[in-house]
Amino acid sequence: MKRIVTMKTRDLKASAKNGGCGECQTSCQSACKTSCGVANQKCENKAK
Amino acid sequence: MIHSYKLGGYNIVLDTASASVHCVDDIAYDAINAYKTGPREKLVRDICEKYGIDKSEAEECLNDIAALESEGKLFSEDDYKPNLDFLEKRAPVIKALCLHVAHTCNLNCEYCFAAQGKYHGERALMSFEVGKRALDFLIESSGNRHNLEVDFFGGEPLMNFEVVKRLVAYAREREKECGKHFRFTLTTNGMLLDDEVTDFANREMDNVVLSLDGRKEVNDRFRKTVGGVGSYDTIVPKFQKFVKARGDKSYYMRGTFTHFNTDFTEDIRTMLELGFDQLSMEPVVCPPGDAYALTDEDLPILFEQYEKLANMMRKRRDEGKPFTFYHYMLDLEGGPCVYKRISGCGSGTEYVAVTPTGELYPCHQFVGNPKYLLGDIYDGIKRKDITDEFKKCNVYSRKECDSCWAKLYCSGGCAANAYNATGNISGVYKYGCELFKKRMECAIMLKVDEMMSSAENV
Ligand code: SF4
Ligand code: SF4
Repeated sequence: MKRIVTMKTRDLKASAKNGGCGECQTSCQSACKTSCGVANQKCENKAK
Repeated sequence: MIHSYKLGGYNIVLDTASASVHCVDDIAYDAINAYKTGPREKLVRDICEKYGIDKSEAEECLNDIAALESEGKLFSEDDYKPNLDFLEKRAPVIKALCLHVAHTCNLNCEYCFAAQGKYHGERALMSFEVGKRALDFLIESSGNRHNLEVDFFGGEPLMNFEVVKRLVAYAREREKECGKHFRFTLTTNGMLLDDEVTDFANREMDNVVLSLDGRKEVNDRFRKTVGGVGSYDTIVPKFQKFVKARGDKSYYMRGTFTHFNTDFTEDIRTMLELGFDQLSMEPVVCPPGDAYALTDEDLPILFEQYEKLANMMRKRRDEGKPFTFYHYMLDLEGGPCVYKRISGCGSGTEYVAVTPTGELYPCHQFVGNPKYLLGDIYDGIKRKDITDEFKKCNVYSRKECDSCWAKLYCSGGCAANAYNATGNISGVYKYGCELFKKRMECAIMLKVDEMMSSAENV
């Protein structure tokens, strides 16, 4: 593609099948404690 | 749904439901934005006219867009709502505690959401017995979750350091036999940091959050001792020593900005000059009437500041002196699965706060609000009605989020902010949304920039 560069991102549809283990960090247990953001969290699913 | 914006010299197109990120040229940018608005022939004609390219080139661009659409990377449908079912059925577990080991503080910061550490109650320290029972409660409530998180919080947790040490030792003892792994965090104002605390924290704490607002005059405006003396001169040398000893383990230098320092990138600059490179700067949480509350007029200034910050990061990265900013850290490839992205922050469900006497609240920001007292660590959660309400807080529970491009980066916002702004945990704190979306635009731009500049170097 000449005019569009697509970044590598996690396939969210696929993550619906193998995700949801819940091992990742709780959103607020971090530097912030005053707002919610999830995109900066690491996935910790071993079976991914 | 797509969201397109221009920032940092890039044209960026985000596809909400797939969380795809595209960096495009002007022609593709216009073409994508017009793609769903009219017949293809008209699109081709418009593009050719505007950009003076031939028909075949315009066709090629539209074909690329069509290909991305069929791959599910543009104009994709958000059909994750049924996945909430899985979350509903997943056995409820608690995996994170905010342990309020000290409802007292050695500073007297006027803007403290915890009312000078006391959470509108009595001064109190958590006893070892209460803390121990809280950890047992966490282990018992955590089902088969392996990773458990405990944040030593306050007030000022180091005012109860002996108990913190004993609790960590106790948890380390129990984790082996239970097959669990504890991750500890400490949030401190730095006043009591000494060699012993430093050794301990660097050994046992996965993360340490150090509170400093940046420039001396900014920090000392609010972060004062009870006697009214600014804390900057005391804490900065301690923090520097601490961070040096910490090596490459993670920490955050965390500041708060208010109406009085909307030029917060200057505070970030100060932090950098002091030698700190893992930073976080948060908008103050307070009632709208307060003199230091952020105002609507502040918003454009803050937007500009967030952009300025992103540019500072690019520049420092190119100079080989990179730093991280908590809200600009994005993991596009290894980030959270869709369940995490739709399920909200976890307050009152997988995350609870424990007071010095062992009461349970949905999160640290609800502590002291009798309406949200859930139960205690001895008899567990009594108010299932409240936890059910929190369980329902997710990205599909608010109509504002439905049409928001940032929903899968945000997962529905902070229940506490929503409550403070609207009186209801399922409301939306719009001001926070505006800041959040701006931060995401900047964070994604930085990722795009990283990719594009490394592509140039190949
Ligand atoms: S930014 Fe606001 S509107 Fe958007 S998903 Fe988050 S809470 Fe909802
Ligand atoms: S409600 Fe807000 S402050 Fe409380 S845990 Fe959730 S995001 Fe954090």
